[in-house]
Amino acid sequence: MLEILWHGRGGQGAFTAARLLGAAYIQDAAGFALAFPSFGPERRGAPIRAFTKLDKQPITNRSEIEQADFVIYLDDTLFSEEEAFAELKPDGKILLNTKKQWQDQRIISIDGDTLSTEILGRPITNTVMLGALAALAPEIAIDQLITAIQGYMAPKLQEKNIALVKAAADAIHKEAQTR
Amino acid sequence: MNHTKTKKAFLSGNEAFAEGIRLARPQVISAYPITPQTLVVERLSEMVEDQSLAAEFIHVESEHSALSCAMGASAVGARAFTATSSQGLLYMAECLTYASGGRFPIVMMNANRATALPWNIYGDQRDSLSLLDCGWIQAYAENAQESLDLALMSYYIAEHPKVATPFMVNLDGFVLTHTYEVVHIPEQAQADAFLPPYTTENKLDFASPRNLGFSVGPELNDGFKYKEHLGMMAAKDVITEAEEKFAAIFGRTYPGLIETYETEDADYILITLGTIAGQVKDVVEGLRAKGEKVGMIRIRYMRPFPNEEIASAVKGAKAIGVLEKDISFGNEGTVYTNVNSALQKAGVSLPTANYIGGLGGKNISPHEIEEIFHALKKNESQVRFLGLEEV
Repeated sequence: MLEILWHGRGGQGAFTAARLLGAAYIQDAAGFALAFPSFGPERRGAPIRAFTKLDKQPITNRSEIEQADFVIYLDDTLFSEEEAFAELKPDGKILLNTKKQWQDQRIISIDGDTLSTEILGRPITNTVMLGALAALAPEIAIDQLITAIQGYMAPKLQEKNIALVKAAADAIHKEAQTR
Repeated sequence: MNHTKTKKAFLSGNEAFAEGIRLARPQVISAYPITPQTLVVERLSEMVEDQSLAAEFIHVESEHSALSCAMGASAVGARAFTATSSQGLLYMAECLTYASGGRFPIVMMNANRATALPWNIYGDQRDSLSLLDCGWIQAYAENAQESLDLALMSYYIAEHPKVATPFMVNLDGFVLTHTYEVVHIPEQAQADAFLPPYTTENKLDFASPRNLGFSVGPELNDGFKYKEHLGMMAAKDVITEAEEKFAAIFGRTYPGLIETYETEDADYILITLGTIAGQVKDVVEGLRAKGEKVGMIRIRYMRPFPNEEIASAVKGAKAIGVLEKDISFGNEGTVYTNVNSALQKAGVSLPTANYIGGLGGKNISPHEIEEIFHALKKNESQVRFLGLEEV
């Protein structure tokens, strides 16, 4: 099972990303997924977590992910190395929206705010992180993310978010070549 | 499974249930929103708005009115739906016995949620389990697909002339209502082949006037209550019939009043209901891999209660546990009481232990479930609050 743990603030779209990821993965005939937020009252700006579980067989355990293959932060003010690594599987990766760079090879950073401001006109980074994840995880296909956006996002948001997913994946691929 | 005519979608439990209700073609939907049920009636109102569902959507001023309104609709022979949760269900409690006593086959979705006080919007099963005696069929879903399928089957069962009993489908609040997962949405033609339009003589009809909702004194009252009981008991066979017809049309099979998992040679069996069953299955699988003979029973129907089915499934075990998100204060969990009665009637004598957990949305971890299986080996009958008392 591939487990993805999302961190964001209310209004940043972490749960939407968790859900789009599930909707992308299940396009494969053998794909199963669960996506859910940390439950409770929704408040703009408050830290929230969201969870995506992906597998090739039905997933029956609905409990929160304790250790993930990818821990994704939409907002680097929520990030602390100690907490992030505690939630990470031994060979997992942290994907971080930030303007800073980290030495640790397990932390992949992307400047999602700049990218999304260029394309969306606003620093909304949830689909940036989806594109970045697709570039890092062979289980996630860009085409399936695009179909998920077309199926589950409001029509007026689709075009720019699809462009953003592609741009984010390109940015990760380019950085991997220069590393 | 035959999925050629279905659409694979990624939906929450609430959304899946709304899709099932759409396919069932209710004529009247009366609703009052309450977390975590709100999305079901929101989706249905959108379907009425975009005309993918031809129903009257009546936004009433309270839950008491929501069920009263559904009764009014059912009393003229319409197929009626409502949904609620927690305090909303308790507020409509007065109407629950009216609907069952009137033999109105209304379907209601209940999003299982804790009851106040302390105020808490998270999931447990105290709301519906505290109302087991109201004469409603009560089913508990494990996942979104089963929720959609129960939306269709509930009308088939409730409206069957031998049953004529209202039906409450329970979905665990948030863990099921707000979790997105794979759901196969059938086609309308399949749903129509499964579920015929509602026809009844139990309705207000100018052509054939009759008295509904009347008073009955002591001399005849017990006769009505006896018939109500027989109607509910008749649901057992109709549930089997509905599941067989459902499997033939949709290609998905369901196991009746209970689902058993690895119980055949099990020494220790944990009985539970709702979504937590999925996690118990995972733990059973893990313990089986270590050579431990453990199993699980998921109760799908609390009313009619699966007395014989449970007794027969556990008779070879050394001890059983009952894990439930409920407490009847001053006694024990209500599911436990019902299970013990089933065993006693069948002459099955076993140590039985009761684990109360998940109240107000508290997480039940796989580790805690493993501990329960280890504790069952003590072969003791006991009632324990998970996490607060030693199991």
